[in-house]
Amino acid sequence: MEVRVANVRKEFDRFPALHDVSLDIKSGELIALLGPSGSGKTTLLRLIAGLERPTRGKIFFGDEDASHKSIQERNVGFVFQHYALFRHMTVADNIGFGLKVRHGPSRPPAQEIRRRASELLDLVQLSGLEKRYPAQLSGGQRQRVALARAMAIEPKVLLLDEPFGALDAQVRRELRRWLREIHDATGHTTVFVTHDQEEALELADRVVVMSQGRIEQVGTADDIYDTPNSPFVYGFIGESSSLPVKVENGEIWLADRPIGIAAPNEPSGDATLYFRPHDVELLDGCSGCIAGTVAASRRVAGTRRVELEIGGERQRVEIELPVDHPAAQKSRVAFRPGRWKLFPAA
Amino acid sequence: MTTAPAQAGWRFRQPSVIPGFGLTLGFSLAYLTLIILIPLSGLLWRSAALGWPEFWAIATDRRTINALRISFGTAFVAAAVNVVFGTLVAWVLVRYRFPGRRIVDAMVDLPFALPTAVAGIALTTLYAPNGWIGKLLMPLGIKVAYTPLGIVIALIFIGLPFVVRTVQPIMEEIDKEVEEAAATLGANRFQIITRILFPGLAPAIVTGFALAFARGVGEYGSVIFIAGNLPYKSEIAPLLIVIRLEEYNYPAATAIAAIMLALSFIMLLVVNLAQSWSRKRYG
Repeated sequence: MEVRVANVRKEFDRFPALHDVSLDIKSGELIALLGPSGSGKTTLLRLIAGLERPTRGKIFFGDEDASHKSIQERNVGFVFQHYALFRHMTVADNIGFGLKVRHGPSRPPAQEIRRRASELLDLVQLSGLEKRYPAQLSGGQRQRVALARAMAIEPKVLLLDEPFGALDAQVRRELRRWLREIHDATGHTTVFVTHDQEEALELADRVVVMSQGRIEQVGTADDIYDTPNSPFVYGFIGESSSLPVKVENGEIWLADRPIGIAAPNEPSGDATLYFRPHDVELLDGCSGCIAGTVAASRRVAGTRRVELEIGGERQRVEIELPVDHPAAQKSRVAFRPGRWKLFPAA
Repeated sequence: MTTAPAQAGWRFRQPSVIPGFGLTLGFSLAYLTLIILIPLSGLLWRSAALGWPEFWAIATDRRTINALRISFGTAFVAAAVNVVFGTLVAWVLVRYRFPGRRIVDAMVDLPFALPTAVAGIALTTLYAPNGWIGKLLMPLGIKVAYTPLGIVIALIFIGLPFVVRTVQPIMEEIDKEVEEAAATLGANRFQIITRILFPGLAPAIVTGFALAFARGVGEYGSVIFIAGNLPYKSEIAPLLIVIRLEEYNYPAATAIAAIMLALSFIMLLVVNLAQSWSRKRYG
């Protein structure tokens, strides 16, 4: 089922949580809403579910306007960060709940509900745990039950709110891979919220980066990482370093010296230069480069992170060097960013 | 939520970082013995002074049986009424924000604090045939004061805080997300209450019922004013005990007391067993 969010605004007590957000989600897509806390990602998810009503704007499921449908009518599967399982029910009863509360002919017979529950338990790899109570399961197992419960009603859309947020790192990675497999097997349109960029980039077909109630950028992991379209996205996704520079005559200047990068299409004036610390070219001499004194140097896994102080303003930037690179020993390092991007100074 | 299932078997001593297990356990046992165990065993011992046939004669006396039936019956009805309305009061206090909520919240405790005789006199004044409420009920043929109905009303008053105060904290803990989960699965408001909320609250409601019931069985002060105290009709067991005491008939008084004690103990034990069973199951 396609989902279309059209110019939605949401206020809580006059305080805007979402400003004019629009988003198209394709059928069968796995989409991540990524952003820091307070960016509105959970609010957007809850609006799609019907757990909140938009102040303005509309939400379409397919061609149908779902904005004024109740939660019950929307037929969405929702998975909560803290599982929200019914603790007085067995695992099988939890999964079958959505079918049991149906009325009339749409309610399958009890035996069919049981069969579906154990089928879903197989799918989430918890076969044989039908009779357990949620209190007797581990966190990872509970979240699998919660997912099975959400899928039991054959939802139009599957919505997950920080589904792995309460789990420890290893279980998280495992469930991440497993969610991708389930998604590929069942083909549900799936939207999940996360503040973990690794999770979003690894798992999702497309990532929606949000900040302060707005969508900053929507794209594949490659789009988001390689061509961020705003300083926020550049800074939020992956590592980044930035320097205040000036553009003049199609050249980038740092203080009073050109850094050897041509920028023919950029407008003149003050700007901020963004680049990735690992994507730099080290230079020996310096005629057209960025040079600075080493202020700090740390070993980070397979590389060495070097912090440089640059120019009279002592701007600090970070670059990454191979562990055994001789430049790490020197007191002065000169480099030029490989891939970079300029944003006009705010 | 994350507690592991209880370990099988008993262990005398739980490892703990806080010292003083022996001291605190010893004090608790000595204290309970002094306050509860010795007086109650004295009671049993006194009634044991009666021979079995005499005890049986007192126990099966029609006046005794009626008094016990009235005491336990009215306490049961009052506790049942309190379960419904006390839960409702707790719901309103937990779920809604309205001006004066704190005052209503504090008012719930008044029956705890008020001398029970004052409550009894106030209720009697209201419900007597010439009282404000009694006057309105009279034409409908409903007589409240000086009947078992009056006893029920006094016991409802006395028992309300027990239900509210046991249900309220559990209700506050209910996770909003659980209700939302049920709603996304298609459950309507009514199904959410009956299938999700109520089962979660049931243990607290049962406890509240047990407390209100136990309090009602033993209540004396407020009841004797409104009950009219007609033997066989509206005479409660605690009053009968007092009457026997005033007649210097100590064996009879202790015999009735022992019967009340046994009945109350059995009921509370059953409630407690039900509690621990449900706790073990749902964690």
